[in-house]
Amino acid sequence: MSTIRAPGNSALSWLIWLVVALLGAVALGIVALSRDEPVNAVWVVTAAGCVYLVAYRFYSLFIATSVLRLDARRFTPAVRHNDGLDYVPTNKWVVFGHHFAAIAGAGPLVGPVLAAQMGYLPGTLWILVGVVFAGAVQDCIVLFISVRRDARSLGDMIRSEMGSVPGVIALIGVLMIMIILLAVLALIVVKALAGSPWGTFTVFATIPIAILMGIYGRFVRPGRVAEMSVIGFVLLMAGIIYGQTVAETPELAALFTYRGETLALILIGYGFVASVLPVWLLLAPRDYLSTFLKLGTVFALALGILVVAPDLRMPAISRFVDGTGPVFSGTLFPFLFITIACGAVSGFHALIASGTTPKLIENEQQVRFIGYGAMLMESFVAIMALIAASVIEPGAYFAMNSPAGVIGTTAAQAAQTISGWGFVITPDALTQIAHDVGETTILSRSGGAPTLAVGMAHILSGVIGGKALMAFWYHFAILFEALFILTTVDAGTRVARFMIQDLLGTMLPAMKRTESWAANVVATALAVSAWGYFLYQGVTDPLGGINTLWPLFGIANQMLAAIALTLCTVVLFRMKRQRYAWVTIAPTLWLAVCTLTAGWQKLFDANPAISFLSHARRFSAALADGRVLAPAKTLAEMQRVVINDYVDAALCAVFMAVVVSMLVYGLIGIARAFGNPSVTAKEVGGGLQTV
Amino acid sequence: MDCKLCDLAPSVRLFGRRLKETANLMVGLPDYENYVAHRAATHPDQPVMTREAFFRDRQARRYGAGGGGLRCC
Repeated sequence: MSTIRAPGNSALSWLIWLVVALLGAVALGIVALSRDEPVNAVWVVTAAGCVYLVAYRFYSLFIATSVLRLDARRFTPAVRHNDGLDYVPTNKWVVFGHHFAAIAGAGPLVGPVLAAQMGYLPGTLWILVGVVFAGAVQDCIVLFISVRRDARSLGDMIRSEMGSVPGVIALIGVLMIMIILLAVLALIVVKALAGSPWGTFTVFATIPIAILMGIYGRFVRPGRVAEMSVIGFVLLMAGIIYGQTVAETPELAALFTYRGETLALILIGYGFVASVLPVWLLLAPRDYLSTFLKLGTVFALALGILVVAPDLRMPAISRFVDGTGPVFSGTLFPFLFITIACGAVSGFHALIASGTTPKLIENEQQVRFIGYGAMLMESFVAIMALIAASVIEPGAYFAMNSPAGVIGTTAAQAAQTISGWGFVITPDALTQIAHDVGETTILSRSGGAPTLAVGMAHILSGVIGGKALMAFWYHFAILFEALFILTTVDAGTRVARFMIQDLLGTMLPAMKRTESWAANVVATALAVSAWGYFLYQGVTDPLGGINTLWPLFGIANQMLAAIALTLCTVVLFRMKRQRYAWVTIAPTLWLAVCTLTAGWQKLFDANPAISFLSHARRFSAALADGRVLAPAKTLAEMQRVVINDYVDAALCAVFMAVVVSMLVYGLIGIARAFGNPSVTAKEVGGGLQTV
Repeated sequence: MDCKLCDLAPSVRLFGRRLKETANLMVGLPDYENYVAHRAATHPDQPVMTREAFFRDRQARRYGAGGGGLRCC
């Protein structure tokens, strides 16, 4: 299909779309309005599916034909620079798969799980509205402008379309989001593995397995990715099964039982070593495993939800929309929109959409299918994560996601506190769930991964194995998340290292040499210590770390989306398509309002649970009186809490400054484009194909 | 009946090929046959990387500076 068809005129086509729209409306109505009876997850899936279909069919078509005017006759970078290596005109389904694999990560699995504390409805609505009007729009338009600019990167395009100062600001913003992302992802792994010998053993086992695969793919059967991956997968499953023996044998279990602090240090050391090792030995083979495992699991989960058709136990809207929730602090606006970033709108995708994907597109019109379509699919992953978190008993959900400082450390205390919130649960039920999934406790396992794992175990064991395999599925889910998080940590450390070398290289030319060992080690050490600092701070945080770091990550990710959408807006004005600029202006403003409000509250709210500065003041005041506040045990620890608060506050302030300055540069860019009577967008490859 | 199955065979084969291509590209490995064909068509006089060298080259590229190893959160 090489042309974009105008809306079908046949009566049948309109009838079908009417049915889809009505079905979606009914499903949404059931999801939103049922109160007394639990809603079945299939209704959520139906509502989401219909929204995606209608949005793709109508809104993305409008963007493709009216706003962007995608042109099949233009040469794409893949066609013009075809080298069979980086630039390869590729079948659109193949590019779709590649793009989806690159954008789908841990984000859409974690955010919705945390957001479930407000009930499933606010999260569901934001994911659906967000993806249709912000996330997919951003991915699609960034991909479009990159395709029209020789597949150049986001930073490059900001420099050429908006100026060199905004270019540098955007680069610094990207580096900061990388650091926070790596810290928060590493923290999720630490939270999932602390005190879990089964999980720790299986995740540790991935290292020798990956090395074995690496050696096989390098020397035994070079380049046989499929063979390597099958070998790795079989060993991985064996690792999960043997993990149970490890957990049940006290001597072995002792070898793999660590506190969070120890795991954090191990991870930091690992991050350093892994990113200076040759890529073929560890990083690449684990990348293969995690990519395929991730996609397989996502499909399995989708199938599981449809087959088992579980009921949602979480209320549609919980009492915690008022901001007093234990999982993250702050009211529904703005914090829900910060907590669920990926799945609704993720600025990070702007980097992917201006990375390898534009080098593969054979026809500009496929930008719609790949940019808009793949993001809809990612959004569906977020919907599934929300479902998985909502099918487990709400009492258990809060037991897993509340910090120990709030619910205590025993099942009895936790059950009492949580039942007091109105989510009745018995201590026995909590112990039973822990036992079912093969753990000693499920209390305060925040970070999303364990909750998702329990939800997935609940769903998948309904398809295969029943209760007997619940523990296997739980650890499978933990392993699958840990595996691709570790791959991201190690690939991300490398990317951060190159960025640091690039930034430092402008002052210190010796740092720029990526082949130099010294420059390599220095930049890697800088990258690792930056995310390591936030990781360690998160692990020792009284509120469980996720509470502090996830909002920072969300703000950073939405900040990047606001930057990308600002660029898109400026480009639309420079193309003289300002009539349609509301398509990007509306989501830009919404994201700016959310990030700036959330940032402001993180800085200046009176509530120490929300604001870094209020928290610091409370601890400083106690410190001045010589009092020690829990969980700090010494005055020195009190001091550290205060310093951490100021570091977080400073970071938050920088994010806000980045957003504000990019908006100002955006306005300047718009004014200039508006004042110029001719098209000023710097596109390349205007030559029309003579086909 | 038989004929219908015969007709399906090429599309099944194409589907399998595309699936393999997708899986490889997901981990940063473009199609080797396509690369060889491209070189033969555009630079017939120049040497072509062997399958192994191609694999190593693409692996180093994916995780090198400015490579495509970047993945989302």
